[in-house]
Amino acid sequence: MIKLQGIRKAFNQGRDNEYWALNGIDLHVEANKVTALRGPSGSGKTTLLTIVGCLARPTVGRVSLMGEDISGLPERFLTEIRRRRFGFIFQQFNLIKGLSALDNIILPGYPTGRPRHELLARADELLAGLKLGHRREAKVEWLSGGEQQRVAICRALINDPELLIADEPTANLDSHLAREFMAILRDLAAQGRTILLTSHDPLVVDSAVVHRVVDMRDGKLQGGR
Amino acid sequence: MKLWLEKQRYLIDYTLASLARRKARNLGLLLVYTLLVFMLASVTLYTHALRQEAARVLASSPEVIVQRMVAGRHDLIPPGYMEKIGRIRGVQKMEGRLWGYYYDTVTRANYTFMVPAVSVPANNEIIVGPALERSRGLARNNGVTFRSYSGKLHSFVIAEVLPQASELVSADLVLMSEENFRAFFDYPVGHYTDIALSVANPQEVRNVALKLAAALPDARPILRDEVLRTYASIFDWREGIVLALLSAAILAFGILAWEKASGLSAEEKREIGILKAIGWETGDVIKMKFWEGLLVSLTAFLVGFVAAYVHVFHFAAALFEPVLKGWAVLYPRFQLSPHIDGVQVATLFFFTVVPYAAAVLVPIWKAAITDPDTVMRG
Amino acid sequence: MRSADCALLFLSVAIAAFAFCFVDAALLRAAALPDEAARSEMVTQLRLTDLALFTEARYTRHPSQADLHSAFQDHPLALEHFPTGSLIGPPRHLLKLGAGETAP
Repeated sequence: MIKLQGIRKAFNQGRDNEYWALNGIDLHVEANKVTALRGPSGSGKTTLLTIVGCLARPTVGRVSLMGEDISGLPERFLTEIRRRRFGFIFQQFNLIKGLSALDNIILPGYPTGRPRHELLARADELLAGLKLGHRREAKVEWLSGGEQQRVAICRALINDPELLIADEPTANLDSHLAREFMAILRDLAAQGRTILLTSHDPLVVDSAVVHRVVDMRDGKLQGGR
Repeated sequence: MKLWLEKQRYLIDYTLASLARRKARNLGLLLVYTLLVFMLASVTLYTHALRQEAARVLASSPEVIVQRMVAGRHDLIPPGYMEKIGRIRGVQKMEGRLWGYYYDTVTRANYTFMVPAVSVPANNEIIVGPALERSRGLARNNGVTFRSYSGKLHSFVIAEVLPQASELVSADLVLMSEENFRAFFDYPVGHYTDIALSVANPQEVRNVALKLAAALPDARPILRDEVLRTYASIFDWREGIVLALLSAAILAFGILAWEKASGLSAEEKREIGILKAIGWETGDVIKMKFWEGLLVSLTAFLVGFVAAYVHVFHFAAALFEPVLKGWAVLYPRFQLSPHIDGVQVATLFFFTVVPYAAAVLVPIWKAAITDPDTVMRG
Repeated sequence: MRSADCALLFLSVAIAAFAFCFVDAALLRAAALPDEAARSEMVTQLRLTDLALFTEARYTRHPSQADLHSAFQDHPLALEHFPTGSLIGPPRHLLKLGAGETAP
């Protein structure tokens, strides 16, 4: 589904503190599979995720999505791809405070201009699927960590993306909630979504839900299972 | 089109929700903003309408008034003076005016005593302006006594009270017969306060004035144009003073708005990053903020202007009354006819709405073009 | 009701009220015409030259007829006494020296 070829990414290029976070990555993220990136912090996992998720562009190398080269596309098209094809679950959840769970979930639908009742119906369906229907009107800052993450998952799914990207999804959860998350992940994978996540939590990477684990260190891939 | 509208509604939804998060602060800002527009609009509406009123009403005042000056002061017109003017060509009619001021110790107010040219009251009868009716509680057929400057008491019967509609020009008038006037002020026979000239051809007025000045070096002709100009500029000055006072408020508001709009908090920056990461375009973020600026500034402008309109034209600019009244005991009650200057309204709009919208947009521009991947790395 | 629709409705009402101000102004103007005609008539008949806005001093009651050097007419160093004097502003000939609009 996504092919990365010779990806390198530099920060502060040309300055004294120039730093290469990625050093030549070749990776094929297969469709309808759950792929996990594993590695210590600073290994470039998150940077790789931002490149796959079209949040950032590689300094060197090519990214192709469904056979189409997208690394050279202008910002507007990347945004469009991000909106239609990707769902993001951030480590800090990144919900907008002051808005209700429902309003947070439908935010990615705003730029599409889809009718509000459609968006709301879809959001309610997603909330019900994650057993969170009773919290729909609650402001997100009043939700527990697990509830916040489930809201974030709903938000990632509102535009029905093919690909889900999750950055350290269990880092802020206890084991019980982490297991619940893995159950949700399994259902999502069963629905045929492609999932790419980073984690160094054994509960995630050793799980049977994850089809493939890729190890990373110092901005390079190191095999895996 | 429908899609576009739906998108804008979403953006408004979002911007309202984010305004609602800092409700007290944003409502306070909106209130101050609205008040500012209200004050500015009240001043401009009031002064423009009053200037219009003066221009229209005083357009019927005499073409030329001739005063005689003695040692730089307005003095009485002596007998024989008018005959000298009569020889100037272009002068159609010439009338001596009799008028003067009287300070009434009862009400501590100044009245303008005057002898009308037509419908002169009978002896010992007077016609009074509406403000006198109020301040001294006078009504038709009442008697009233004034002590003249020579110390003698003069009693009059009120024959009529001038209509309230004319109050703006007649509030403090006391009209009486020539005989009464001369007796009251000890005005020597043949003397006049000044002379009103009618000039047939409007183009001739300036020539007449020049000839007058040449023939009578001690005369000071006051042209109707000058009267009109006096009133055209009278409130420019006043407006300037109000604006000078308001400029402090405007500056304070500017600082407040700038601080609020440009001091983008870390929280807001983070939110913009999130919105971009989940698929909002830079343009969407800017449009969303544009709506914020527009909603706030347009609300302030419209509400402020409408309130100012109602204040000036339905409540007779009641808030300005203490300022305008000054020490005048006889303040005319009048309802201005609403003349609105479109250019002034447009100027007001431009100077209140545009700066705020810009102050909101400029910083967001900078924030919105940052890379969306910052949310992942934060 | 949805908040965006509330806001747009409010704005529409405000714009309508703004527009109505101009309609109302036209109506009031039309209604005030007879009174205005009466005022003009009175100005003609009585040969009036000024508005009776500020009646407390000679130069504020009749600014267009005031002596050339009022408000300093009583003494060159006399300070302005009446508050409205500050509202009316200095005579034009003092602001526009040499404009030649007022003979002596």
